[in-house]
Amino acid sequence: MANLVIRDLVKTYDKTEVLHSINLEVEDGEFVVFVGPSGCGKSTTLRLVAGLEEVTSGSIEIAGRVVNNLEPKDRDIAMVFQNYAIYPHMTVRKNIGFGLRSSKAPKAEKEKRIESVAELLGMTEYLDRKPNQLSGGQRQRVAIGRAMVRDPAVFLFDEPLSNLDAQLRTQMRLEIKKLHQRVGSTIVFVTHDQVEAMTMADRIVIMKDGHIQQVGSPSEVYHQPANTFVAQFIGAPSMNMIPGRVEADNRIALSTGGELAFQRPLPQGRPVILGIRPEDLHPGEVNSVIEGAVNVREPLGHETLIYVGTSEGDVIAKADGRTPPGIGEVVKLGAALENMHVFDAESGEALA
Amino acid sequence: MAVTEDIKIKPSSEELLKTGPSRAPRNMGQIIRFLLLFAGGILMVMPIAFMISTSLKWPHEVYNLNFIPDEPTIENYTYVLEDGRFYWWFLNSLIIAVITTICSVIFDSLVGYTLCKFRFPGRYIIFIAILSTLMIPTEMLVIPWYLMSQQFGWLDTYWGIMFPGLMTAFGTFLMKQFFETVPDDFIEAARIDGLNELQIWWTVAMPLVRPALAALAIFVFLGNWTAFIWPLIVTNSVEMYTLPVGLSSFGDEADVAWELIMTGAAISTIPTLVVFLIFQRFIIRGVVMAGLKG
Repeated sequence: MANLVIRDLVKTYDKTEVLHSINLEVEDGEFVVFVGPSGCGKSTTLRLVAGLEEVTSGSIEIAGRVVNNLEPKDRDIAMVFQNYAIYPHMTVRKNIGFGLRSSKAPKAEKEKRIESVAELLGMTEYLDRKPNQLSGGQRQRVAIGRAMVRDPAVFLFDEPLSNLDAQLRTQMRLEIKKLHQRVGSTIVFVTHDQVEAMTMADRIVIMKDGHIQQVGSPSEVYHQPANTFVAQFIGAPSMNMIPGRVEADNRIALSTGGELAFQRPLPQGRPVILGIRPEDLHPGEVNSVIEGAVNVREPLGHETLIYVGTSEGDVIAKADGRTPPGIGEVVKLGAALENMHVFDAESGEALA
Repeated sequence: MAVTEDIKIKPSSEELLKTGPSRAPRNMGQIIRFLLLFAGGILMVMPIAFMISTSLKWPHEVYNLNFIPDEPTIENYTYVLEDGRFYWWFLNSLIIAVITTICSVIFDSLVGYTLCKFRFPGRYIIFIAILSTLMIPTEMLVIPWYLMSQQFGWLDTYWGIMFPGLMTAFGTFLMKQFFETVPDDFIEAARIDGLNELQIWWTVAMPLVRPALAALAIFVFLGNWTAFIWPLIVTNSVEMYTLPVGLSSFGDEADVAWELIMTGAAISTIPTLVVFLIFQRFIIRGVVMAGLKG
């Protein structure tokens, strides 16, 4: 196991720069998740770390050793791919042991390692089966097993759960997390699913257009988003964004009508965006300044999501599951001031 | 109301159990399709049947178009099989077809894999250049091949017969198309696991395109087994003849011993039938997959 350091990493394809000076340090044993929309550069970063793409500039260090010019096999990494990449013509045993082909260890020792990994993953009884005789989850375990058997310094996961159904994804998420706790290896995991990122990561790296937007623990990126992109990307449903302007005495006049007085210092006269998560916004709450008629209701059982029409479009709030407001009913929504996020309207950066 | 009518029209499950489900009547389109296929089948089988029929006839009966010989004989088979030259020709054809098939499968798949999975400048141009050779007919190539063989001293040798077919544009194209179906993740995973490029091709990529390899092997084998023009031109001595060339030598300007030619042809069909029967599922899969990709 080892740490991973990425310094000023740039990647260009032809003349298009797709990664712009990425800097990141992953501690030994840390579980870091790269998350972002398609085309944000998360998979490219992972492939650069794996050595499957050439670095344009910058450096990648694994365990204190610059690996830019090393072949993938010499980087002491193992990778789990989105479509598992387990070979259909080989048995589970051969697939898991595939990474040991170049190892000079005695055959008996290799066999022992294969069996111990299979046992750890609960795959012992399937060792002599072919992949087409396995379920999706079992195939994913084989792929993980093939990575584990090499005992690499860093594990790289490239959207490994994307091909699984929702139930299996939840199960595998838990299994990977347990596995990490048991073996304590350094893991870099790429996903576009923010729920995966939130539930698995020690730290989340949120990317957009080849830039890192924010690096932080799941709690940090959720409660203190660095900008409007992070605020909207993390959390489902997305954070409500309401334009406004800072008036005297740290008051914000909302474009939907109403004013809110903040205790924190805000730059007077600046156009801002007020961000409130739907789970923090309720009818009849304090600071009820957003008013509108309920357009849509989405009952979730214990609570109901309501879509309230305003001059800036629908605002999503959570109402009680038993007695939600009816369609067309005019409601006033409010939230605690500490749960409101203020962003600069031009740069999108968090102000307070 | 409609529900009631439905119930009346549909037979009950008890009735179905007794009589079985009624089959929809064949429409005219189906009947015409069936007849066309039947006619096509007859057309395909006729020459083979005629070949076997002729091989069982005496020389005086050969030009009678009767399908069943008046006096069937296996004399032709005895004659051909007792003629030592036949075994030479058979062996020559076998050696040439087997070696060419092995080489073609290896070289075509190597080139196809390289063109498919590696990114390098000029890749597309090379592929087009290889493909464009498909448009040149063999008749145009035999003269340069002959001159080349003469220069290198390959006339009347195995090497001379085999060299034009050791790698084929069709095989390269076919294999490239099949390698497209191998996900890059497999190749990259193997790269991370420490295999070199040749090992990846052999251990990972080749087993995944096995149906295509089998189909290509059959196409190349059959192509070489039945090749006529080039072996006829490049060989001089009777011992170096391949089976089709040798069989044609049963005739001369004055007379053609059709019964012997047909006997030799019937015997020479046996290996191709064996190859086909063993690998037919691969051929069908290969053709279907090649069709889908193309």
